Amino acid sequence: MKLKLAMLACAAALWAKDSCLECHSELDGSLAAPTQAFKDDVHKGLGFSCVHCHGGDSSTDDPERSMSRARGFRGKIARTAVPELCAHCHSDAALIHKYNPKQRVDQMAQYKTSVHGQRLAKGDVNVANCVDCHSVHNIRAVRSPLSPVHPLRLPDTCSTCHSDANRMAKYGIPSNQHAEYRSSVHWEALEKRGDLSAPSCASCHGNHGATPPEVTSVAAVCGTCHVLMENLYKESPHEPVFAAMEKGGCVVCHGNHAVEHPTTDLLVGKSSVCADCHEADSAGGKVAEEMGRSILELRAALDRSDEILGRARRSGMEVSEPLLRQMEGRENLVKARVAVHAFDAAAVRQPVQDGLAIAAETHNAGEEAMRERDYRRMGLGLSLIAIAATMIGLWLAIRSIEGREKPIASPDGGG
Amino acid sequence: MLAARENEKRGPLGWLEDRLGLESVREFIAHKSVPKHSATMWYYFGGITLFLFVIQVLTGILLLLYYRPTTAEAYESVQFIVTQVKFGWLIRSIHSWSANLMILTAFIHMFSVVFLHAYRKPREATWLSGIALLGLALGFGFSGYLLPWNTVSYFATKVGTDMAASLPVIGPPVARFLRGGDEVGGATLTRFFGFHVAVLPGITTVMLLVHLALVQRWNISVPPWVERQFRDRGREVPRMPFAPNFFLRELMAWYAALAGLGILAALFPWELGDKADPFAPAPAGIHPEWYFLAPFYTLKLIPSNVWFIEGELLGLIGFGLLAVWWVCLPFWATDRAGQVKTRLVTGAGVFLLSYLAIFSALGYWQ
Repeated sequence: MKLKLAMLACAAALWAKDSCLECHSELDGSLAAPTQAFKDDVHKGLGFSCVHCHGGDSSTDDPERSMSRARGFRGKIARTAVPELCAHCHSDAALIHKYNPKQRVDQMAQYKTSVHGQRLAKGDVNVANCVDCHSVHNIRAVRSPLSPVHPLRLPDTCSTCHSDANRMAKYGIPSNQHAEYRSSVHWEALEKRGDLSAPSCASCHGNHGATPPEVTSVAAVCGTCHVLMENLYKESPHEPVFAAMEKGGCVVCHGNHAVEHPTTDLLVGKSSVCADCHEADSAGGKVAEEMGRSILELRAALDRSDEILGRARRSGMEVSEPLLRQMEGRENLVKARVAVHAFDAAAVRQPVQDGLAIAAETHNAGEEAMRERDYRRMGLGLSLIAIAATMIGLWLAIRSIEGREKPIASPDGGG
Repeated sequence: MLAARENEKRGPLGWLEDRLGLESVREFIAHKSVPKHSATMWYYFGGITLFLFVIQVLTGILLLLYYRPTTAEAYESVQFIVTQVKFGWLIRSIHSWSANLMILTAFIHMFSVVFLHAYRKPREATWLSGIALLGLALGFGFSGYLLPWNTVSYFATKVGTDMAASLPVIGPPVARFLRGGDEVGGATLTRFFGFHVAVLPGITTVMLLVHLALVQRWNISVPPWVERQFRDRGREVPRMPFAPNFFLRELMAWYAALAGLGILAALFPWELGDKADPFAPAPAGIHPEWYFLAPFYTLKLIPSNVWFIEGELLGLIGFGLLAVWWVCLPFWATDRAGQVKTRLVTGAGVFLLSYLAIFSALGYWQ
């Protein structure tokens, strides 16, 4: 009985009248557009309709009654009122968790702490509110690749405003962040490799509570992902110096939005960032030079091993074990690069020495494999000579035998 | 007393000859002859196939000394063979290459029988036993492919047993029997090992003896046009003694096969690949051994559903009918008067050979 009642209730809900959609779909232009967009909205799929945001009564065809203020009709929502309207449901844990127990409900609290939220509170309607990022009427789940806040689309969404030089001018902030970000190693990981965990705008600035990181907190922001580097940096001689100079830790060497792929060029050579502060013959310059040189030495040794092992493998030699060891060697190279953030040559020396020992071992294995290949080829050559000599001998024997013989008659049963 | 003295003169060989009756064997070999004509070279492929089979058996026995048929140890044991065991790489490589060459020479032998029309009465049973041996060779290939337990072999076996499972009624139990469960795993490896080193060799040995006995019983066939040519000239088809003439030529062919095998094994050692990981996704571009490529590619071309029949099932039914038609070749190749329909058989042979060559090439390159 209960099941039947539930089915009837569902059927009634499905057939429930929605005069908003019915009437607006018959209209033109901007008055009809929301009805089309709303078809794909995540809220519609969960049973919400126009009246949940705009108020009014969708059960009647009479516009006077359906859009009556007395029935709660709010009409077009003012930009300053949007966050509160969304928060009406999204800050209600009891309601939201019915639909998704893992869904956070602190967006409004976060938004109020953001630059966007604080400016909106002061009446600046140019700043972003919920619908500027999540869209309106066709809001998708964040995990949907069509959502403007999906990791792959978020940088473009932020840049809608932040790349608009005219719009940013009055706030005194640059508008080249997006262009710089698109030249960064982070963008490459996100866009080219499709790595959704790669950082985009919100990873460093936060999303609802979007705020530019303070100079003192940059290392903490980068350290969210680059934990080991942050730990080493905090213990390094650079940390108190940069803090005193009010420079933002990591960004001093790596930049912020345009973070390039870190190479030893940062340490030594023409584009060395160390050289910006340290003379080449100073103590700091020497440490940078030693760190860069030892890392290059390890990389070259591992490359040499890769080359000879690759040749051996292409020759059909079984070198999977030394290739596996090479991975350990490469791990030491990574460790050495991480150790640079201690800005101490001794910290880099240990993983470099470990890596060099492995590289020597794998190079020996490669040379041994190549010697074995040559030995096999020599054995093959000698075997082929012996086989050829035997075949010639057999051929001469056949000719000799057949030269003396006469053909024989066919036996019975042949043919 | 006199006989005893005679044996003493001839030594241990004479003693053996008296007890084994080698005199009659020698007599038999001395009188055995083989036709000698323009197509004689095709006769050697049966012998080469046999030679490669013997190499398979010998190298297989050597591999058995180190191979361990469990999912935890199979890959590592083969890796040990090719890296640590003296000449282990050579033994494994020769085993793998000779398996492939054996199937190639078996196919050449089969098509030479077709194009030389050697399946004619009374050699129907010889044809059937030969086809059975080819099927067993493919079985050796399929079961042996899994044994190194690497990624390619794992997924190829998965695809192969999935195909078997798609057959109606008998498919699921057959696939379950082959796998020893619902998925390819440790039980499958153990079973395939058992098939490869015990069941198939046993059946093959019996079938090989039957095949050789039938070849001996009915002698080697002479193509109809060769018979006609010599008959028109009023001459008999010339023959050469089996021993030593034919045997020495066959020996040359074996040496040539051995040289080819040595070149392939030394210059292109059979790769081991990466260890199978049942939880990893199938690598891109995975395909079976070359001799299964043609049906594999054909199945890929068939739409998922044709009318109301599942595409894969339709393909398998088609291959089944094709196999039956081919096995029955001696029975539809001759008319009621016993005359061979040479054009029909040659056309069928060309069709099948072209299909296998083209679709295998397409399957490999695409």
